[in-house]
Amino acid sequence: MKLLSFKKGIHPKEFKYFTCNKQTEVLSIPDEVCIPLQQHIGAPCNPIVEKGDEVKTGQIIGRSESFVSSPVHSTVTGKIKTIDSYLHPAGTKTQMIKIQRTGDDDWQLLDVPKNWQLASTDELKSIVNEAGIVGLGGAAFPTHIKLAPPEEKKIDSFILNGCECEPFLTSDHRAMLEMTDEVLDGMAIIMKVLGVKKGYIGIENNKPDAISQITRKIQKSDYNFTVIPLKVKYPQGAEKMLIEAVLKRKVPTGGLPMDVGVVVNNVGTAIAVANAVIDGKPLVERIVTVSGDGVTEPKNLMTRIGTSFQKLIDECGGLKEETTTVYMGGPMMGISQWDLSVPVVKATSGIVCRTDKSTNGTSYPCIQCGTCVSACPMFLLPTKLARYSEHKLLEEANKTGILNCVECGSCAFVCPSNIPLVQWIRIGKLKVGEMVRSKN
Amino acid sequence: MEEKVIKNDVKVKPKKNPKDKLFKLDRQPLIISSSPHLNTTDSVPKIMWTVIIALLPAVVLSIYYFGLPALWMMSTCVISAGLAECLMNKLKGEEFTIPDGSAVITGLLLAMTLPPSFTLTSAIIGTVFAIVIGKHIFGGLGFNIFNPALLGRAFLQACFPVAITTWTFPKTDVYLSKIVDGVTAATPLGLFKFEGETSDLFNMFWGNIGGSLGETSAISIIIGGGFLLIKKYADWRIPVSYLGTVFLFGAIMWWINPKYPDPTFHLLSGGLMLGAFFMATDMVTSPITPKGAWIFGIGAGILLVVIRLFGGLPEGVMYSILLMNAVTPLINRYTRPKFFGEGSK
Ligand code: SF4
Ligand code: SF4
Repeated sequence: MKLLSFKKGIHPKEFKYFTCNKQTEVLSIPDEVCIPLQQHIGAPCNPIVEKGDEVKTGQIIGRSESFVSSPVHSTVTGKIKTIDSYLHPAGTKTQMIKIQRTGDDDWQLLDVPKNWQLASTDELKSIVNEAGIVGLGGAAFPTHIKLAPPEEKKIDSFILNGCECEPFLTSDHRAMLEMTDEVLDGMAIIMKVLGVKKGYIGIENNKPDAISQITRKIQKSDYNFTVIPLKVKYPQGAEKMLIEAVLKRKVPTGGLPMDVGVVVNNVGTAIAVANAVIDGKPLVERIVTVSGDGVTEPKNLMTRIGTSFQKLIDECGGLKEETTTVYMGGPMMGISQWDLSVPVVKATSGIVCRTDKSTNGTSYPCIQCGTCVSACPMFLLPTKLARYSEHKLLEEANKTGILNCVECGSCAFVCPSNIPLVQWIRIGKLKVGEMVRSKN
Repeated sequence: MEEKVIKNDVKVKPKKNPKDKLFKLDRQPLIISSSPHLNTTDSVPKIMWTVIIALLPAVVLSIYYFGLPALWMMSTCVISAGLAECLMNKLKGEEFTIPDGSAVITGLLLAMTLPPSFTLTSAIIGTVFAIVIGKHIFGGLGFNIFNPALLGRAFLQACFPVAITTWTFPKTDVYLSKIVDGVTAATPLGLFKFEGETSDLFNMFWGNIGGSLGETSAISIIIGGGFLLIKKYADWRIPVSYLGTVFLFGAIMWWINPKYPDPTFHLLSGGLMLGAFFMATDMVTSPITPKGAWIFGIGAGILLVVIRLFGGLPEGVMYSILLMNAVTPLINRYTRPKFFGEGSK
């Protein structure tokens, strides 16, 4: 059978072998966690606890009135130490709540119905919201919003994203193997909330064990999901690419998946939903892949949110002497870190440590080879966009479609001249976005 | 990877305050850079030197057929291209760009378009013109509009119209009897155009014909060019559309009037192979869009046949490519691919 996929894209080395066969280990609960009040796209939370307060595991410690937001929870049982601004792995200082652990977990669980199959969708939606669930694939978009599409958008399909197309990362892979039941239950809950009948699970073909395991479990259950093995190609896990591959639908420019009647969620998100709705557990932990040649013993770790990167890396035997770079997320879209005291956030799918001198050698002028054009999954002209951005030709950049860029980095990956294409485009996107907004 | 927003990871720089807790370093500092943190192993020098390797079969065959003069010609051009490049680097105060290999390609390609009997001094003039005017005046590698080697050749054609069309027959040639003094002769195209004779296709394929160094052996060019296409260092659309158009259009003209040469003759003569695989595909001067590549090849093919059949010159490869080079920026502009999802509801 010919595997489904999208057009263009790239084939970076996978590097999954470091951790793809390693059983997830549970990282011991740290003595101190640092919970950022913003771990999602949208309005930051306001702290609702004060210094010195006792908190339980799973207790809400920050929330926001705004609709596009998601509450944050304490991930240990302990005492609030400080509320101050600390370095966030995204690179800026933000408000965080530091909690000193005082003892074993004393859970504060959510009120959940006995049988979610009988619960109303509103009830389920509010549980997802209260549990602080956001997209765990890396974008951290609040899930309850995705589950509440506007009336006029008819959603007919749901796709579970198990692609994990970023090199190195294996947290979704391990989750699909080790928590298959939660994955399927979570998916069923999401589909019930959305009222859709057709469910697909897209998995890249480099995880045959996950594909067969999930297929087997589906056969044994009464769920009616379709597993779609996909070609291994980056960025297969980008929403728009995944929808094209699975359903042959193209999300219109500037549109969202719901414009073509689809909602996409990540495997980790489905697990979080299952944990919240079935067990009443808010999102306090996730699997983090610690990988790369720069760390002594790469591992998949079930980690409490708020644990410092340092602790995870120590658990993996520490950084090697020659390690030069550490980033949060995969190498294609990950964010460089310079201080390992930053906490794991909801969107931390992995911590990758490398010994090579990060990005590329000498830069050459653009030789117009068009390789970036053949790589761009959004059918843009990266070389032109980058040039427009560099020379501040915002109008031109806008006309050439700079806002369609999904920042996948494929263009910069392939460029033989080592031109920082996506980097320029990112800057250009910010500026063009401002320009467009100020015009309206 | 679900939504498209990333927090800016562009301008993060660690502060230099030693008291800042950020800097309790017990090891060398980590390097900060903006994603992606991976790269292909392809680089400009790698591409350029691969092109040079792909030219080697043609180089070897031309030395085999034309002997030492071919070798002198090629080394003269390559060396003078290198020196001209260094000079320009020096004048512009930039780093030496010889290692990127592009000057060597220009020199080698130019040599390949010259007849072996051409004087070396003139060849040097042409090479220097190619590098200085063809490339550096435009701003150096990546900024030139015309293929430098072809521009150099066009310059020589203008300066030495006679010398450049005086061809030595390969020393192994079996048709020497046809030639009065046994040293110089016209190319198959010239023979055809001005004397109405066609040459033996078999010999044209293997290179046993008169012509410039790289013009003669189709097989060696196809081998090298095929290698480039497999490595994806040349856009396959360009040779396919260029050669395809020449063949089709040539066939139509031949069918209309059998006095015109047959399409195979078109394909194998006059450096078309060299042009299609190594010059039209020059990345810098060909379109970046897939559709543009088709237009480029088809346009060059039509121009070529028109020049050959109706123009005053026997040879059309050079001008057909140079003309398409000139409109490449325009082609790029009008062949922007449709954005993903553009126009879909
Ligand atoms: S232009 Fe944007 S969407 Fe296209 S390859 Fe580059 S980063 Fe990806
Ligand atoms: S890949 Fe790099 S060198 Fe090639 S066209 Fe794009 S920007 Fe230019």
